[in-house]
Amino acid sequence: MANEVSKPKRRFNILSIFRRKERVSADAGERNNWKAWLYLAPTIILMAVFTFYPLINTIVIAFLKNYDYISQVHEGFTMENFGVVLGLVGRSEMMNADGIYESIFRWNCTRFESDGVVGIYLNSEGVVSRAYFTMNVIRYAFPNTLLITFITVPLSIIIALLISIGLNSIPAFKKFFQTIFFIPYVTNAIAVGMVFAVLFDYKGILNYLLGLGTLTWIDQAAPAWRGMIALCVYIIWHSLPFKILIFLSGLQNIDKQYYDAAKIDCAGKMKTMLNVTVPLLSPQILYIMITSFIGSFKEYTSVVGLFGQQGTSPGSYNMYTVVYYIYDMVNSNVQYGAAAAVLLFLVIMLFTAIQFKVSKTRVHY
Amino acid sequence: MAKQVTGAYDDRNFIQKLFHLKGKSEKQREREAKPEYQAIDTSRMQLVIKDRARNADQLAKAQKVAHIIFLVITYAFLIFMSVIVLFPFYWMVITSLKSTTEIRSLHQTFFPQNVLWSNYITVFNSFDFVTYVGNTLLVGVISTAGTLVTTIFAAFAFARLNFTGKGALFAILLATMMIPGEMMVITNYITVSRLPWYEFGKGMQEGWLNNKDSVFAAMIVPFWVSVFYIYLLRQNFKQIPNELYLAAKVDGKSDWQYLWKVMVPLAMPTLISIFILKLMGAWNSYVWPNLVTTSNKEWRLVTNALRGSFTNSSGDPEYGIQMAATILVTVPLLLLFIFFRKYIMRGVGRAGIKG
Repeated sequence: MANEVSKPKRRFNILSIFRRKERVSADAGERNNWKAWLYLAPTIILMAVFTFYPLINTIVIAFLKNYDYISQVHEGFTMENFGVVLGLVGRSEMMNADGIYESIFRWNCTRFESDGVVGIYLNSEGVVSRAYFTMNVIRYAFPNTLLITFITVPLSIIIALLISIGLNSIPAFKKFFQTIFFIPYVTNAIAVGMVFAVLFDYKGILNYLLGLGTLTWIDQAAPAWRGMIALCVYIIWHSLPFKILIFLSGLQNIDKQYYDAAKIDCAGKMKTMLNVTVPLLSPQILYIMITSFIGSFKEYTSVVGLFGQQGTSPGSYNMYTVVYYIYDMVNSNVQYGAAAAVLLFLVIMLFTAIQFKVSKTRVHY
Repeated sequence: MAKQVTGAYDDRNFIQKLFHLKGKSEKQREREAKPEYQAIDTSRMQLVIKDRARNADQLAKAQKVAHIIFLVITYAFLIFMSVIVLFPFYWMVITSLKSTTEIRSLHQTFFPQNVLWSNYITVFNSFDFVTYVGNTLLVGVISTAGTLVTTIFAAFAFARLNFTGKGALFAILLATMMIPGEMMVITNYITVSRLPWYEFGKGMQEGWLNNKDSVFAAMIVPFWVSVFYIYLLRQNFKQIPNELYLAAKVDGKSDWQYLWKVMVPLAMPTLISIFILKLMGAWNSYVWPNLVTTSNKEWRLVTNALRGSFTNSSGDPEYGIQMAATILVTVPLLLLFIFFRKYIMRGVGRAGIKG
């Protein structure tokens, strides 16, 4: 994509790929169709099974009613899965002869504030029913995911920019610092999350250094906002190296002439940074913005690493994220997971489209 | 203005005082009062550039001082940030050598009072570290080898061969990189739990999740294709000059021989990058192995086993042992980084240039 970004004259046109070009070039030679497809066969077969089919199938599952993935049985198509994910539709479940709850949808129930079972009752035929709402997504997962995105993305981009501009302007130890700043990239997200859990422990070093006593950050008793701070600190720490690497390679490609010109114009360091460096780095900033937006929408392993297997303190969903919900649903109610995945996909597409639109006016090529 | 308002000083007097002109004729005074009429000795003329009452030398000096201050601030900032970046690693090492009482004491120590190696021994005794690392290496190496094969073939087809629908297919492959992996995970989980598997002695089995071999297959096969690496290698292949291809053709070499004898050796740095990044990916993978290894804990990979282990009877985490295990997981990655820094950073850096 950056290829298109950096070469404005050769704008990528989706139609151009269908237009057959009759080129006579040395490398092309004659069309050897069967041979090419043979080389591509492993890739295409694997992708058909594990990429293209799942993509379509997941969208289909998102619309299936009471889908059982083991027996592949469902009760027709419905929009209710999305309603359940968004907390608009309550579900009532009825116990069948085998003692297993079968879920039934009920539209337009009054919304309940809490999550879980609302009531268990016997109906006229003496069948046990229970009614419940799934409020985790709308109450925790979506707000948390948005919060993570809008805190970590701008902050980490600014910090990474400052570090890489600093790295680019020092005469010595450049490589040394560059290596240090890259180290968090080659770590295991779960393992380092556990280290951060130690740092943020209520008897940990952070409280000790800051003189905060035994303030809880990640424990069960901690309020959600403090857990969010710990999570964001960890996510930013973990996301810096990639950004610094990209920014630094962009900075090294900036022509020195621009800086000489700025010097002649008596522009100060700050002015040079804001009016020369940042605009010339805008393709890299756009790329980083898009990838980190997508990345933070899918935050999951950092939550597991920091807060443990349950992801959140047991029984509470303080730090629930959308992807967390999806993986929770894979084993049990796969249709809700699929619906949430489709929603996530749409949101990511929307954000990417907006960023491309904005970048058209803002990105300097 | 001031004269009109106060009348406090005479303009002429002021000029006279300024130039010590008392006692000269009116004409002389007038001429000498205006410096532009003075005779200029060009041989002693000096060009003085002034900016806010500072000349060039002073300006250069000020600039030098400003530059030094800037450098000091920059270095201070970079050192501060690298301390933040490195501190978790330091704390991980220190904590792994401390006793639980020291870790949870209210007075934190920056170096263990008595260095304790028993945490590491506990890890090896209570935690099947060797098994998990073996599983991880097995999965990592086989999935990496498979990825290299599919990547080399596909990149070769896209870079060198010419076939109908090449552009369209490549665009579709690239487009799949935009799709969040969660979309695939859901169906892939259903797929591997339903695919038939042939087990020796037992015949055909339904589902891949109950047998050790098939669980490992489930962790390997879906990851044999990586569009990003295909893109990376294709770019690399495209840089190889056409003349080499034509020369190989003149020598009567087939495409197959050309691929393995010329292109693959020339693209070795990229292939090494792919190999290491993929291996690191397997070492760090959590989500998918966590889903497919639920039936037997012995089949888990090292990262899955790490989280949720080492809590004491009351459910509190044993931080010392946890950190010892964390170090055992982190050190191989850091070693890879030390030895293959160039390949890793180049491979990751390409990601940005590609966009």
